[in-house]
Amino acid sequence: MVKLTIDGKAVEVEAGSTILDAAKKVGINIPTLCHMEMKDMCIENKPAGCRICVVEVEGRRNLAPSCATAVSEGMVVKTNTIRVLNARRVVMELILSDHPADCLVCAKNGNCDLQSMAQRLDVTEIRYAGVQSTYREDFSPSIIRDMDKCIMCRRCETMCNEVQTVGALSGVNRGFEAVVAPAFEQDLEKSVCTYCGQCVAVCPTGALTEVNNTNRVIAALANPKKKVVVQVAPAVRAALGEEFGLEPGTLVTGKMVAALRNLGFDSVFDTDFAADLTIMEEGTELLDRLTKHLNGEKTHLPILTSCCPAWVNFFEKQFPEFKDIPSTARSPQQMFGSIAKTYYADKIGVDRSDLIVVSIMPCLAKKYECQRDEFKVEGNPDVDFALTTRELGGLIKRANIDFNSLADEDFDKPLGESTGAGVIFGVTGGVIEAAVRTAYEVYTKKTLKSVDFTELRGMEGIRHATVDFDGLELNIGIAHGLGNARELLESIRRGENKFHAIEIMSCPGGCIGGGGQPWHHGKQDVLKARAKAIYAEDVGKTIRKSHENPYIIKLYEEFLGQPMSDKAHHLLHTNYFDREVKFEVKK
Amino acid sequence: MADYKFHLLVCGGTGCHASNSDVLAENLKAELAEHKLSEEVQVVSTGCFGFCEKGPIVKVVPDNTFYTQVAPDDARDIVEEHVIKGRKVERLLYVDPNKKEQIGDSKHMDFYKKQLRIALRNCGFINPENIDEAIARDSYAAMAKVLSEMTPKDVIQVIKESGLRGRGGGGFPTGLKWEIAANNEADQKYVVCNADEGDPGAFMDRSILEGDPHTVLEAMAICGYSMGADKGVIYIRAEYPLAIHRLKVALKQAREYGLLGTNIMDTGFNHDIELRYGAGAFVCGEETALIRSMEGKRGEPTSKPPFPAQEGFNKKPTNVNNVETFANIPPIILKGSDWFSSIGSEKSKGTKVFALAGKINNVGLIEVPMGTTLREVIYEIGGGIKDGKKFKAVQTGGPSGGCLTEKHLDTPIDFDNLLAVGSMMGSGGMIVMDEDDCMVSVAKFFLEFTVEESCGKCAPCRIGNKRLHELLVKITEGKATKKDIRNMRNLCHVIKDTSLCGLGQTSPNPVLSTLENFYDEYMEHVENHNCPAGQCKALMRYYVLPDKCIGCGACARACPVGAISGERKKEHVIDQHLCIKCGACLEKCKFDSIIVK
Repeated sequence: MVKLTIDGKAVEVEAGSTILDAAKKVGINIPTLCHMEMKDMCIENKPAGCRICVVEVEGRRNLAPSCATAVSEGMVVKTNTIRVLNARRVVMELILSDHPADCLVCAKNGNCDLQSMAQRLDVTEIRYAGVQSTYREDFSPSIIRDMDKCIMCRRCETMCNEVQTVGALSGVNRGFEAVVAPAFEQDLEKSVCTYCGQCVAVCPTGALTEVNNTNRVIAALANPKKKVVVQVAPAVRAALGEEFGLEPGTLVTGKMVAALRNLGFDSVFDTDFAADLTIMEEGTELLDRLTKHLNGEKTHLPILTSCCPAWVNFFEKQFPEFKDIPSTARSPQQMFGSIAKTYYADKIGVDRSDLIVVSIMPCLAKKYECQRDEFKVEGNPDVDFALTTRELGGLIKRANIDFNSLADEDFDKPLGESTGAGVIFGVTGGVIEAAVRTAYEVYTKKTLKSVDFTELRGMEGIRHATVDFDGLELNIGIAHGLGNARELLESIRRGENKFHAIEIMSCPGGCIGGGGQPWHHGKQDVLKARAKAIYAEDVGKTIRKSHENPYIIKLYEEFLGQPMSDKAHHLLHTNYFDREVKFEVKK
Repeated sequence: MADYKFHLLVCGGTGCHASNSDVLAENLKAELAEHKLSEEVQVVSTGCFGFCEKGPIVKVVPDNTFYTQVAPDDARDIVEEHVIKGRKVERLLYVDPNKKEQIGDSKHMDFYKKQLRIALRNCGFINPENIDEAIARDSYAAMAKVLSEMTPKDVIQVIKESGLRGRGGGGFPTGLKWEIAANNEADQKYVVCNADEGDPGAFMDRSILEGDPHTVLEAMAICGYSMGADKGVIYIRAEYPLAIHRLKVALKQAREYGLLGTNIMDTGFNHDIELRYGAGAFVCGEETALIRSMEGKRGEPTSKPPFPAQEGFNKKPTNVNNVETFANIPPIILKGSDWFSSIGSEKSKGTKVFALAGKINNVGLIEVPMGTTLREVIYEIGGGIKDGKKFKAVQTGGPSGGCLTEKHLDTPIDFDNLLAVGSMMGSGGMIVMDEDDCMVSVAKFFLEFTVEESCGKCAPCRIGNKRLHELLVKITEGKATKKDIRNMRNLCHVIKDTSLCGLGQTSPNPVLSTLENFYDEYMEHVENHNCPAGQCKALMRYYVLPDKCIGCGACARACPVGAISGERKKEHVIDQHLCIKCGACLEKCKFDSIIVK
């Protein structure tokens, strides 16, 4: 333990703690801007670049960045001397002097860390105005880069390179022209970017934002010739409340359904239904491969989940040699779209071109996924628009709906009925737990005593567990965050694989921490609360196993036949491509 | 070398090389061959003599005749007159600019009299591409002594006692740095030589590497022995092709001689050195940025701690010293710490190499004991100000140093004194300015450099320096207010106080020191929109003197923007709003009737 004094207050902290941590302990909140730390998830960004958190340390010539300066015995720190206040203010003015002042029309207005810091530091004029650095805008199917708003906090780089190990973003150019960009300053679309959106999730300003589709959805809803249905991903209901000032982890399923209905959607459906369908297909595929494996036939094990579109992008771009290992099952979003535009469209007698499918997703990669050619029929996409949780929040506000006073409503039938297994798709470990619930019963022909496989849950980046399938030991691996996924893939590459099945979700915490969720501002407790809410919804469901969903059973009876039937293959499965990014260096 | 009657030492440093000294050397050899003197006279391509002002240099040994500005065609005269007939070629001798007299040999040149060459001891004496010549001048003797007689702790003790401080700019005690690296246990450690010399105008590291590469290799091995590192890396900027070439030759020869590699001198000590090339970013001279660059990452500094001695290259304990620091190591080992610490000032021991530049007669590279005054350097070694002009200021320490004035001339130069008067040692750049230099423009010039070279990582350096530069531009355009000056001063202090690395922590020095020492000149720009030195183009005014103008109209015809009007044979007038200050009228006027104010 180390003893020191901060602003005259004695404090004792563990050796290795930073001044920032120590100050917090005695109720001193030093302002920070570039710094971000989510300890349990091993996410830390402290380049000490913004210099907002500087403090005076006795005996030191210059001011010290409190986020990156370790405490030492007897240290005397002052956080609010006139020297510090002046320096902090000038630095803030400098940062603002190189930032567009279009806050009122910025996508991050009201959610911008820079804006709130300017307020907090009471900056009312910029004495050091001058030219601003400019950079071209870059539009991709999911993410917009407006680097004029970049403050070089490097959080996106940390997420992209260290946490996700995607390596799409890094600092380029020098001095005033320094900016974060893909290799060779290519467009994001041409880079190794997976659209996981974690850069957007942590960007403190409006430099990285999602492609906003709300106006197109409003136009569709206003078109009398179109039937517009909506599906909502499991993680949305555990986070949407935050957009309306509710505590993180508040479940708002019923209000969300009511709001969507108020918005004018003809039917409000649940992606959880499609998640149950995914389990039927993916679970069957797992058992199929497992049986082949046990019979000594050639097959691909481990089977990898394929629900997460950023993960699909990741292995297509960085591990193309593994493109035959993941399950061929489409993601729930795409299964839903496919069924909606065939089975459901037939049922209600509407042509697929007059049926608009909107999805509400916690995710930015879903925007890209629904535009993939494989998921179009004669140019008509199975899912027309993917909105994020945040966009839905904005839509509800614009429609003058008082969200918090809405009475709970239920999803529509038939594509709105789901089980607890479908719900837990939204959190790390959930997809594989859902699969195990079904696969166990199908394989052993016995009923599970308990459906709660707590050994598969948690926030550790890489987890493994063994599930006893009545004598057959099934080894399961779980990774969330693409960096952890890479580690697992590399162990497979080295031939160290011991797993039968692996679940991978790109975002830390799973979809609850997706790039399209309400801003968590670097607080990991927010993610934990959302996970808790998801499991609460699961427990609250009467049916908690996908294969017991009566509407799923009916769908197979009326339309698909068996899981992995030809029709199911055609509508619910896909294949993957080698999309390795190669650069030609022109000489 | 003793077998020859004469040695013709031809400078092969980058400066002289660029003036065809390689052709000159070949011509000398050809002339000698023609006269069948190749066995008696040796031509040696050496490293830099330091007297770059008058290169290419040829020095004749043993009589020390010092020929300057020698062209390839002068080879015949040197051989036929000097070598054969024993007559000095007078037209090639150096002429003292102040005394206006010819100086026959280098020993009598003011430029060399006050110098003491430790780091540069072999530059200009040996052929850097011949290890035997280096060994003849004691190269690798220090390493032999260390490996055979001293423990690693002994070595560190000697370096600590010598008082040697880092010559790269920071002035951190070298022995202490080695000790910290030695005390950090690890399976792998590294010695890194910082040869990313980036200060504009400074070229001492390049000269050492070009003129005496073996001293650096030897010192790195000694350092490796003391801290337990069997790998060394020289991070050298790719713009130094000659230094890179000579290092490659030296590495090859040292390995062939068993002076690098495994089991050196049969002592069981292993050390080998590789080269890494820098792409020329100034900030990569900062050790943490240098290490990141060596690792293939973006060259930008990181917060210290962790220091490289704890977590450096490849996250292993790493000791980084610059070239000049290393060049001091072998003499300290051979001659002892007492010898070294007897030279210099109280807290800065030994010598320092400076690159003299600017409005000074003897531009070049010099090495003087710490504690030598600025006056001695500028007036005695440097030969005073060019063209008899008045001294105005000297900027020390590279682009982030401060500008010192007349009143600082008797300050003994060392790390602490320079800091105390608002400048710094830096890597040893020294730029002299005369009465024609505008100090606001000088500050602006240096800021331009730091703005360009900031890595962009931390906000105060990235944006603050840009704003500082903009304010200086505003002043030189006569658009600034007193409030701007106040804000600028505050900005300078905040940039220094909050920047992440040494670049930003020192970049405002040229502004602060000129504000301190030339405040009136700033105010003249601000209040009277006047540049006393007549350098700021935007503040210049061209006028026609009515009594001298004969109305020939030449100026009006020359003016590209039609700013001059007047009837034939009558006085002409310049419209100040239209004038772009190109100076065309001034050039055309044959009657001196146009003046600039």
